[in-house]
Amino acid sequence: MGRVPKSTILNRRKSRRETGPSEKAEPVRIDILRRKSTDDAPYWQSFLYTPESSSDTVAMALTGINSQENLRDVDGNPAEEIRWEKSCLQKKCGACAMVICGRPMLACDAFLSELKQPVRLEPLRKFPVVADLMVDRSVMFRNLKDMSAWLQQNAEPSEKKNLPAHEASRCIQCGCCLEVCPNFMPDSSFFGMAAMVPSARILTFSKTGKGEFQEEYRRHIYEGCGKSLACRNICPAGIDIEGLLVRSNAAAVWHRRAAKK
Amino acid sequence: MITIAGAGLAGLSAALTCAEHGAECVLLSVQPSERAQSVLAEGGMNAALNTMGEDDAPCFHYEDTMKGGVFLADPNAVKGLTDAAPDIIRRLWSLGVPFQMKGDDLLLRPFGGQKKRRTAYAFSSTGKAVMNALIDEVRKYEAAGLIHRYSSMEILEPLTEEQDASGTEAWSIPYTAENHNPGKRRILKGLLARDTRSGELVRFTGPLILCTGGMNALFSGMTTGSASNTGDLTAAFFEQGVQLGNLEMLQYHPTTAAICGKRLLVSEAARGEGGRLFIKKKDGSGDWYFMEEKYPELKNLMPRDVVSREMFLAVHDPACEDQVYLDMRGLKKETWEGKLKDLREEVIHYLKLDPAEDPVPVSPGIHFFMGGILVDEHHRSSMPFLWAAGECACQYHGANRLGGNSMLAAVYGGHIACEDALKYLDDEASDAREKQISEQDGKNSFSPNELHAWTRVRPVFEKKLTEILAEGLGIYRDENTLMHALERLEKLGSAAETHPERRRAMVGRAMLLSALERKESRGAHSRTDFPERNDDIYCRTTVSEYKEGRVEVCFRDIPALR
Repeated sequence: MGRVPKSTILNRRKSRRETGPSEKAEPVRIDILRRKSTDDAPYWQSFLYTPESSSDTVAMALTGINSQENLRDVDGNPAEEIRWEKSCLQKKCGACAMVICGRPMLACDAFLSELKQPVRLEPLRKFPVVADLMVDRSVMFRNLKDMSAWLQQNAEPSEKKNLPAHEASRCIQCGCCLEVCPNFMPDSSFFGMAAMVPSARILTFSKTGKGEFQEEYRRHIYEGCGKSLACRNICPAGIDIEGLLVRSNAAAVWHRRAAKK
Repeated sequence: MITIAGAGLAGLSAALTCAEHGAECVLLSVQPSERAQSVLAEGGMNAALNTMGEDDAPCFHYEDTMKGGVFLADPNAVKGLTDAAPDIIRRLWSLGVPFQMKGDDLLLRPFGGQKKRRTAYAFSSTGKAVMNALIDEVRKYEAAGLIHRYSSMEILEPLTEEQDASGTEAWSIPYTAENHNPGKRRILKGLLARDTRSGELVRFTGPLILCTGGMNALFSGMTTGSASNTGDLTAAFFEQGVQLGNLEMLQYHPTTAAICGKRLLVSEAARGEGGRLFIKKKDGSGDWYFMEEKYPELKNLMPRDVVSREMFLAVHDPACEDQVYLDMRGLKKETWEGKLKDLREEVIHYLKLDPAEDPVPVSPGIHFFMGGILVDEHHRSSMPFLWAAGECACQYHGANRLGGNSMLAAVYGGHIACEDALKYLDDEASDAREKQISEQDGKNSFSPNELHAWTRVRPVFEKKLTEILAEGLGIYRDENTLMHALERLEKLGSAAETHPERRRAMVGRAMLLSALERKESRGAHSRTDFPERNDDIYCRTTVSEYKEGRVEVCFRDIPALR
């Protein structure tokens, strides 16, 4: 124990090699489409944020802006805290999805250094706005319930089935794929890829052939998808949506197992 | 009707148990289950499934868990957990969790502090895969009308009442404040919550199972957990007299790295699959693989507390540079593709380096709270009709949690808590569905601004509290730094402006006092001024309680194994 130094404070000596050089960057202007509540009119408000490091994300910027005492916008007007959803901050939970510079993304996955300035933040447009960047995505969960998305019997796993099942289980229900989809609307009977991906796990572990879930799938996914492939490369989790779609269509609509991908 | 607060792994498990008994429950959370911290769990779940030809059995899992926790866990609870583990994994498997397989059976990976391979996993996204299967299964019972899910409920306040204590004698955790007001006892009545979408206030009554996770807000930005798991509800119950246990036991995970606003975990699976820790010598004599030299048997897979301490010592060794690296360059291509695909992607994405080619700079970060709401083996807290499970509860992990035991404990704990709570459902309570606050009770909704004044924690307060607690509760502690931190906290606490600020300071104080009073070194708690383990005095649970306006800490005997 004699080797323990006097300073017992962890993190006091942050290694430069671990955190990288932290040259103070120029302030970034962040334009936010705000709304006090569902019933209020939207308006734009701009803020300045000075990144702490070159790897700062939009999530960092929003946290930083909100942590200011007596928050003011770029013109010096007093502003209220910006409302947005966050949880894991490492793109595993889907909470912080929003439209960033015109593209649906996770705020924790959008690096400021890679974005066009000023950085424009808007709430996802396919869902009702609760306030500011926070939207009500409950329709996604309701849809999964409506199409009875659960296993009808015990799974019989195999190494072969596990791969697509694992891919499907990576869906974070963020809604980014629905945002860009020309066919999905919250009140439409087409539930979109956010319902297809979880369905892929269920179909993988279901018996081949006709069944109630297969019928739900046909009605709410197969028949509505216009194959625009707009959702390609949008998924923040990088899920192979096309691969799962081909596989699920084969199982649910054509009642056969897809050939090995 | 039972109310379950928190829809992560423990909450889902409790809800499922309830529904499988044919009973209705309310499942409350501020965000849907997909956002719960459980989805971050990476490495796997332990169970003595004995599929690797290593003659494993639950008794060995029990021994490793007790030993890993340095005998501070309740042995009867741990026995229940480890005995049930194989069935839990097989059940999850049958629900379609894509655990990795070897032929027709489960493949297990080696994990820290365990001599046999017993960790079932799905790449390094096990938590996500398990959550996904449970979310689907719970959905079935939501559709059947048994599970009433509310996924946008911000819980504001516990509702408790001082009552005649008769009828609660059987409640096994002693209630010390009884002396203060003989024959009376504070009893749980329900929760007050606010729908974040409508602003409406809602009251949920009946027995309550808390599954609200760890206390990340006390160490803001310093933990690997989710920002949503603040610990504010734990703190609110603490203020109401609920006892907390082993608060000084914070797990520093050895391999984490700072990213935006938090610490990124590099899973223990990295070391399980062959990752090695080293530090460079200043004299240029090369890389020192210190864990392998010091611990020839378990090497890089010693329990987490040991590895974190060794890393701390290595970076403070005058002969060494100040950065430890995780070396995964020797891992085979098949391992990267078949077992650690997602871990590699994540490291490349956030740390901008490829672990297959470059060593990853890592340092210990706070990963898990072994301490929390003190519960008995039925998961009862010290307050009648309040149960706790998952990370918010103090159970199973003692002074140090083994990797692979947290998800297992969440699933098992949620199940046990619910089984017990179901016994306390009387006919009257089962009618107590959620009710809005009526007009004569006062308001039935809050505007965001009104709420803000009540629930806001000022960022400057949060930052200060984090600084103070980090000072006192590093990997190594001593009386001077703890006393200094307590003094600073006293000042900060008196400047608290809102409920959560005041309560966080209170729990912070309990944490520091727990660390101060445990004058020994055990598991995650290392005192430079008391470097030895002292079983005679301290092989006991640290109990914190708030009574008569003061935070008090004492030690209580751990039950013997039946």
